[in-house]
Amino acid sequence: MSLSVDEGEFFGLLGPNGAGKTTLINVIAGLTRADAGSASVMGADVVGAYRRARRMLGVVPQELVFDPFFTVRETLRFQSGYFGIRGNGAWIDEVMHHLDLTGKADANMRTLSGGMKRRVLVAQALVHKPPVIVLDEPTAGVDVELRQGLWQFVRRLNHEGHTVVLTTHYLEEAELYCSRIAMLKAGRVVALDSTRNLLQSFSGLQLRVRLDREALPEPLPAQVVARDGSLFVLKLKDYRDLEQTLARLREAGLEILEMELEPPDLEEAFLHLTGRGR
Amino acid sequence: MITFWTLLYKELLRFWKVGFQTVAGPVLTALLYLVIFAQALAGQVRVYDNVSYAAFLVPGLVMMSVLQNAFANSSSSLIQSKVTGNIVFILLPPISYLEFFGAYVLASVVRGIVVGLGVLAVTIWFVELKLALPGWTLAFGVLGAALLGALGIVAGIWAEKFDQIAAFQNFVIMPLTFLSGVFYSIHSLPPVWQVLSHANPFFYLIDGFRYGFFGVSDVAPATSLAVLAVSLVLVSAGALWMLAAGYKLRN
Repeated sequence: MSLSVDEGEFFGLLGPNGAGKTTLINVIAGLTRADAGSASVMGADVVGAYRRARRMLGVVPQELVFDPFFTVRETLRFQSGYFGIRGNGAWIDEVMHHLDLTGKADANMRTLSGGMKRRVLVAQALVHKPPVIVLDEPTAGVDVELRQGLWQFVRRLNHEGHTVVLTTHYLEEAELYCSRIAMLKAGRVVALDSTRNLLQSFSGLQLRVRLDREALPEPLPAQVVARDGSLFVLKLKDYRDLEQTLARLREAGLEILEMELEPPDLEEAFLHLTGRGR
Repeated sequence: MITFWTLLYKELLRFWKVGFQTVAGPVLTALLYLVIFAQALAGQVRVYDNVSYAAFLVPGLVMMSVLQNAFANSSSSLIQSKVTGNIVFILLPPISYLEFFGAYVLASVVRGIVVGLGVLAVTIWFVELKLALPGWTLAFGVLGAALLGALGIVAGIWAEKFDQIAAFQNFVIMPLTFLSGVFYSIHSLPPVWQVLSHANPFFYLIDGFRYGFFGVSDVAPATSLAVLAVSLVLVSAGALWMLAAGYKLRN
């Protein structure tokens, strides 16, 4: 696989389980050694110049891991020190504030809920203000409130110039935040494009109509993706196609009893590209 | 250096936070050994001339505690981090393998010495003991703890489950320390066991440490120090290779 993420991008890595997303992240983070090929972070090779590469990188691991011996503040201070930073209290306080951890600063990690532990993992990845932030399923098992707060904070960091690489199972999150997406399948990149292009290329509008009769004029039967009696789901190329479709129904003397227009979504593109489509 | 000091501080705080288990427990165990063995074996075991059995026993118990706890510190820290997955916190930052090794070994030395001093503090009241050559005692104490700290890194990296660390501790460390002359002078053993004892590196550690107290030993202290130094170099080289290669740490 060959892949490059530009500075300042909000980049999404999508793919089914076992596609290689976490392996790719682990290679970049130095947790896994690649059998062949190379990876670099801001020009620093992850093996040859590992110290420089790791300083540039903040990784939020997928597993909910924590050290049960320490408090939240101790955990963050240690992480800061591992990156060679001392006297980082002000930034640690700010990160804790944005992740709503201030009230738990002196609580032992063991006593925190799963969502809180996840927040600490995010905070740990940010203590050294890395220019590149990698979030591996950051919102898995996290409540809606935290999800909102987390994205707000990550988006702010992205606007301030941090590059963000995200893997997620929540496709709507990728659709909402990522400007570019790579879809992986069995260790290969099956699509790499801007989110908008992916949506346009592999997904389309869907028109859901209930008619007064169980009939459709030509050539509309070819566009049917689902049908239940007089309820039809039709695939449209784009919004311009809508006017024409409605005109055909009108010309055939069919009356529309219900109508709903579903915008393109990433899930359909995802299913199509990963071979799981209908 | 901030990276190294932070990792060292984290390792020290880790055992200190559970001091009851990591310091007070081993001190009590050593005290029980002294009370039971000194009572049961006094007059039955021949040791050095002019040295009572209880006085002979105390430096052995101190050094045994130093060694066992130095090993326990690095090995348990690593296996816990590996099993719970929080090892990523030290694998993700730019920590060099030398910093990693140095911090874990030094923390093990500190724990070993703290426990050793604790054992000495509670046992010293039962015997009359003088430090004849403190330099030797200090050298064997510190280097012996470093050797076991490095061995703990090797075991902690090699093991994948708590069982394996427990097996290493029960089937390697414990027999080697118990059969190293903590409770007896090897001169009181039959010739075959004397020869076998010389093949046990822990024997040299205990014997050299004890030399610092009494000025007498079963083998020349310089020989013991040489065995210790060679063992330390070999085990450290193994641990450093594992860390540099990312053996069982980085897939």
